[in-house]
Amino acid sequence: MPASKLMRFGPENPLRLDEGTELAPWQIAYETYGELNADKTNAILVCHALTGDQYVASENPVTGKPGWWSMMVGPGQPVDTDKYFVICANVLGGCLGTTGPACTNPETDEVYGLDLPVVTIGDMVRSQAKLVEALGIETLFAVVGGSMGGMQVLQWASAYPEKVFAAVPIATGPRHSSQNIAFHEVGRQAVMADPDWCHGQYAKEGKRPLKGLSVARMAAHITYMSDESLHNKFGRNLQDRSAITFGFDADFQIESYLRHQGMTFVDRFDANSYLYVTRAMDYFDLAAAHGGKLANAFLHSDTRFCVMSFTTDWLFPTSESKDIVRALNAAGANVSFVEIESSRGHDAFLLDEPELFKTMRGFLTGAAKARGIPAPGNGD
Amino acid sequence: MTKLDLSDVRGDHRILCDFVAPGSRVLDIGCGTGNLLELLINTRGVDGRGFDTSQKGVNEAVARGLSVVQGDADNDLAAYPDDAFDYAILSHTLQATMDPKQVLEQLLRIGKKVVVSFPNFGHWRNRMQLLFKGRMPVTDYLPYQWYDTPNIHFCTIRDFVALSEEVHAKVIKAEALDARGKRIAFNAPWWVWNLIGDQAVFLLERK
Repeated sequence: MPASKLMRFGPENPLRLDEGTELAPWQIAYETYGELNADKTNAILVCHALTGDQYVASENPVTGKPGWWSMMVGPGQPVDTDKYFVICANVLGGCLGTTGPACTNPETDEVYGLDLPVVTIGDMVRSQAKLVEALGIETLFAVVGGSMGGMQVLQWASAYPEKVFAAVPIATGPRHSSQNIAFHEVGRQAVMADPDWCHGQYAKEGKRPLKGLSVARMAAHITYMSDESLHNKFGRNLQDRSAITFGFDADFQIESYLRHQGMTFVDRFDANSYLYVTRAMDYFDLAAAHGGKLANAFLHSDTRFCVMSFTTDWLFPTSESKDIVRALNAAGANVSFVEIESSRGHDAFLLDEPELFKTMRGFLTGAAKARGIPAPGNGD
Repeated sequence: MTKLDLSDVRGDHRILCDFVAPGSRVLDIGCGTGNLLELLINTRGVDGRGFDTSQKGVNEAVARGLSVVQGDADNDLAAYPDDAFDYAILSHTLQATMDPKQVLEQLLRIGKKVVVSFPNFGHWRNRMQLLFKGRMPVTDYLPYQWYDTPNIHFCTIRDFVALSEEVHAKVIKAEALDARGKRIAFNAPWWVWNLIGDQAVFLLERK
């Protein structure tokens, strides 16, 4: 297991789960960047997406790649670690140090596998709240995240409004749509159809369902891109050949690309974790948890919101962000909303999108002014 | 109330600021890139929110640190609760809405008070252009041709007074501005303002 900062919670500090049980002992792996100021008002929690990790702005020790959002988070970046204290934790059910299905079940001394209770976005956020509390931080200056990270942002703002000064949900929705659940189910079925999955007990059998997990990633990856970006990047271009081969090799560049995405993914991700974390997204429905009315999730909220979406994101289309905005307005909350023109689909929130950075910097600077913490010096 | 030097500020914005009580909650509908909103925050210390149809304007306003959402006055005002704001402001936007009457009704519902500014189509220069040239008026304030104007529902000051009556709004205050954006500093019957006012600013509330 890569060396991350680790907060352990013993039997005296169990994590209550939405499923109805309690998890103990449990642990949460996290990274921090920048310095917490004396009055502890400058902490920003970054929530990662489905297959993200805590290495938001530093090299991932498994892949050796730079932090997944290092264009957004770092010294002088929009989430400026010269000014803010940034925390990013691996989600509950994940596989990079936080308690997940690949961890050892203390009751049996064996790997949890499917014996780990099913976790929810609410559980993830509850575990993060315990971490934040353990770090001695009463109120977060901001909670920020895209996609599943954005769901966590909404959950934070709804469950702990007094602890969230500003919230930035990006490329996300107030619930997982039927179409999104459908794609997740395809991915899970691919994992479970792999004979090496062994009903979730592959660790005990000394196997890994790499083929299934790889196919799951390939299917999911398509949903992260737009038709336009696929067309621009690959078109119908052939891969290292001048003509089609009348076979089932990866003739097309897009096939080769997806296979590569699938193969590299299995090196860094656990198959059972994939089942758990996709399930957590599927179960997310903020309105349902508040009597069917989304506005009720944000009543009397003093949090400042900045909602962002991307024009070609069909996984979490702008209409979903607008549902959030409408509910926030109905609840009388302080909300900004920006739809960003991009051809790159859902993945845009992780890419070099100047308008995204400009909006984040402007919003955080305004919020920092309102909170009385010095704003980033090189704001534009 | 501090009187700042507002000599560079658009005429109707100057009067709008005077109409708004310090420290109040304000929604600026059709806020563009947020100039008026920023002015209200800086000079009146308001808790200001904005609303505009143009995503480009909204993005710029949010990057300035203002709380602004993209939306459409004709459709998205319904999401706000009753009395959500002390003031709902509509600055030079009414004439660009699909259904001005319904928009005004929404404003009166979500704002305890409503401030509306608009170009007066009844100004004598507009009347002269129509009368003598027989063409739709094109002026400095209304620079568009009839076929490309976003201003699809022009009205005169007297039309607006009549609409206020129809939606059960009481006119608390009104000002007319001359061609240089200066307040016309005398009280006159509506028909006089309607002739010489280039634009008007109204403060309304529910009857």
